[in-house]
Amino acid sequence: MAFDFSILVLAIPLFMFLFLGLVGVKMGKKITGVVGTIAMGVTLFVCYSIALTYFFGTDQGQMVNGVRQSILAYDWNWLTFTDKLVVKLGILLDPISAMMLIVISTISFLVHLFSLGYMSDEYGKPEKGFQRYYSFLALFTFSMLGLVVATNIFQMFIFFEMVGVSSYLLIGFYYTSPAAIHASKKAFIVTRLADLFFLVGIMILSYYTDTFDFNALMASPESALSSAHGQTFMGCSVMAWALTFIFIGGAGKSAMYPLHIWLPDAMEGPTPVSALIHAATMVVAGVFLVARLFPLYVLEQGAMNIVLVVGAFTALYAAAIACVQSDIKRALAFSTISQIAYMMTALAVSSNVGEGIHEGGLGYMASMFHLFTHAMFKALLFLCAGAIIHAVHSNENSHMHGLHKYMPITSIAFLIGCLAIAGIPPFAGFFSKDEILVACYEKSPLWGVWMAIVAGMTAFYMFRIYYLIFHWKKHEVKEGHHAPHDMQWTMTLPLIILAVISCVAGLIPFGNFVTVDGKALETHTNWPVAISSVCIALVGIGLATKMYYKENKLPAQLKSKFNGLWTAAYNRFYMDELYQFITHKIIFQKVCKPIAWFDRHIIDGTMNLLADMTTSASFAIRKLQSGSIQSYVLVYFLGAILLAAVTMVIVLI
Amino acid sequence: MDSVGNLIIYAIAAIAIIAFSILAVTTKKILRSATYLLFTLLATAVIYFQMDYEFLGAVQIAVYAGGIVVLFVFAIMLTHKPGKDAEPLSSHKKWLGVSAAFAGAAVCAGALFSYGKFCCAKLLPDSGFDIKEIGSALLDTDKFGYLLPFEAISILLLACIIGGVVIARRR
Amino acid sequence: MYLIPSLIMFGCGVYGFITRKNMIAILISLELMLNSVDINFVVFNRFLYPEQLDGMFFALFAIAIAAAETAVAIAIIINVYRVAKKVDISEITKLKF
Repeated sequence: MAFDFSILVLAIPLFMFLFLGLVGVKMGKKITGVVGTIAMGVTLFVCYSIALTYFFGTDQGQMVNGVRQSILAYDWNWLTFTDKLVVKLGILLDPISAMMLIVISTISFLVHLFSLGYMSDEYGKPEKGFQRYYSFLALFTFSMLGLVVATNIFQMFIFFEMVGVSSYLLIGFYYTSPAAIHASKKAFIVTRLADLFFLVGIMILSYYTDTFDFNALMASPESALSSAHGQTFMGCSVMAWALTFIFIGGAGKSAMYPLHIWLPDAMEGPTPVSALIHAATMVVAGVFLVARLFPLYVLEQGAMNIVLVVGAFTALYAAAIACVQSDIKRALAFSTISQIAYMMTALAVSSNVGEGIHEGGLGYMASMFHLFTHAMFKALLFLCAGAIIHAVHSNENSHMHGLHKYMPITSIAFLIGCLAIAGIPPFAGFFSKDEILVACYEKSPLWGVWMAIVAGMTAFYMFRIYYLIFHWKKHEVKEGHHAPHDMQWTMTLPLIILAVISCVAGLIPFGNFVTVDGKALETHTNWPVAISSVCIALVGIGLATKMYYKENKLPAQLKSKFNGLWTAAYNRFYMDELYQFITHKIIFQKVCKPIAWFDRHIIDGTMNLLADMTTSASFAIRKLQSGSIQSYVLVYFLGAILLAAVTMVIVLI
Repeated sequence: MDSVGNLIIYAIAAIAIIAFSILAVTTKKILRSATYLLFTLLATAVIYFQMDYEFLGAVQIAVYAGGIVVLFVFAIMLTHKPGKDAEPLSSHKKWLGVSAAFAGAAVCAGALFSYGKFCCAKLLPDSGFDIKEIGSALLDTDKFGYLLPFEAISILLLACIIGGVVIARRR
Repeated sequence: MYLIPSLIMFGCGVYGFITRKNMIAILISLELMLNSVDINFVVFNRFLYPEQLDGMFFALFAIAIAAAETAVAIAIIINVYRVAKKVDISEITKLKF
């Protein structure tokens, strides 16, 4: 089996996590970082060879009659509870997991490399906790790779939790800062809450279908759905509930609308971590999850509509917020939310167009394509932001301005990222976004127009960020600070690599590789849609150029004119405050307090009463245990006599 | 109980046992108490002899009278100043003890006298055994053999020697 | 009739054990009780089953055990006396509670 070595993909990062975590402290910081990076490079190589063998090799049964097969490289029974309830661990290779292997290993390797510079101060001295950082990065890479190659939904859930944990650890990396601690707790709690729904969904699904395996589910989605035929709950079929719950789990990880609140705060973590986890890989886990179960979702329109509405709304909502944020990482975070919502929407609209799953799968393909390109250019943008933040020691764009002169490489790389995300040909984002728009128009013009507006807003806010960082006005070098400059090669090299990928990734004929049913899907450029989307993007860019290229009064005027809207968007439409209100005022006050009172007074009270009774009873009878052996003997002897007398009386009478 | 001589010996031994037992627990001087105990044990030995258990009587004298009482005397010497009386007992405790003892004695006596034949049972003819029989029975594993308890007692004595040494050792 | 002295001896032992304060006196009372039991064994053996020796062996082992017990008890008493300078059990309360 040519894929035997695929186990290395998981083994190396896991080993590195343990090795760096346990031995790292003894090894010295620089060496730890270099070893971690080299190991990640090996993983990268393995991932690429697997993916290339999978996509281009022909001898392993990857391709049968033009249909890509999914390959079960490993499948172990891990926990056998009963005959039916078996939890397996294994490695499943199919188009989307092979693609995700490429994405994760590439970004992870570049982030490892970038972090060598980022996690050091100006003089190249590594920060405190350097080894911990690298071991957590390895843990995250392990869990994420495990997630994408999961053979069954339960393994996926396990790794889902593990990426949640490693994300928590990395957000809270600067554990001395209260903001980072709160952010990590928030991320963990929100995603954990969503995972609870995921688990419930898994249980419902596997209860009716009797299996966890993706292959078994995918082989006959119709029978899987009909297994719960006629079972309804609150007017919807049980399967719709199961899929909705699973989607909620994915939405938590992917920061869809009501559960998005953790992602902007997660930017408290180190910036390369944001690039890896909160832009490129972990946040698309939700999209990946829906894509994995796509054949089921297609058949269950109720659940699919929920995905569609949530995705489309989130896309617009996050784009609106991203337009006004002043912290560049938060602006990028909202942009990420918006783009992931794009992918969700694309998955959701691909369902009921055309005849059959093949033609209808355009949105699916587009979504995966966008996932791929977005991972590249969003990681690029985040790493650029990291380089900038490293140079000026601030997240606020008011401290940047006019950096173009000082950091030309970073500036150009950022510009490429912006062009890619805005959807300007020939950069990567154009192709994927275009296909998403086509899929949306096919579903209904409403969604097409909606998503096109979002695309325009994307172009606007990305260029707003770009201009505010690199132009707007001359950079003021503060007293006592050296002028910002481009970073050393470990930091610029990843930028250049990602920039190149962002330029050319769109030219990959993605439809040949990743489709719903494994058959190659021919994509045609839909000229009216393409031209209109480019026009919208150009309008967005033009607007941004007019408002932000040179310092002027226009933004301030607009701000004062739409003050309410601006403030609301700046404060993220008060979602955090709403959550705060709900949790603190309603849940804590109205629900938890009575429960706590009940616990403290009734339950504890009962226990205390028992304890007090025991204590007072022992005080009362304490005198009996005098320790004087003579009184014991007296009592014992009298008792014995009594017994003897009674026996005698009974015997004699 | 055949001869008058036997009866007289029995009467002397019984009276000695009763009298010295009472004295042993009521005397104020502890050394006297130990001495009365010695007399009681000797009188008991006399009773054993009278019942033709010469070996047991010899053991009684050697171990009890010769060993244990000497041990008591040593302990008393070590822990008491000579000539010092014990404190008088509180009447409350005394009456408790007396009543308990009498109650016990009464119940046992009741049981005893309800089986009247014991009172004047004839001493059956001696089965006629000697030391050799006792020795072989002690080391025998047959039906009436006592090897196992014998070994158990040996181990107990060993443990007791070690325990005594360890406890009494000056630290 | 051999049981009567034994019975009285046992009663004395009980009385002494309950009332005396001196530890050695308590031990002496204990010996009295043990001894009365020995007599009982022997008497029952002799009068009921004179052809067997079980009762006698019981008495024999009881004597051995009594010797062992006395030796250990006296060792303990001497040790306690060394620490507390007392042999009066109502005054030795250090280990209580």
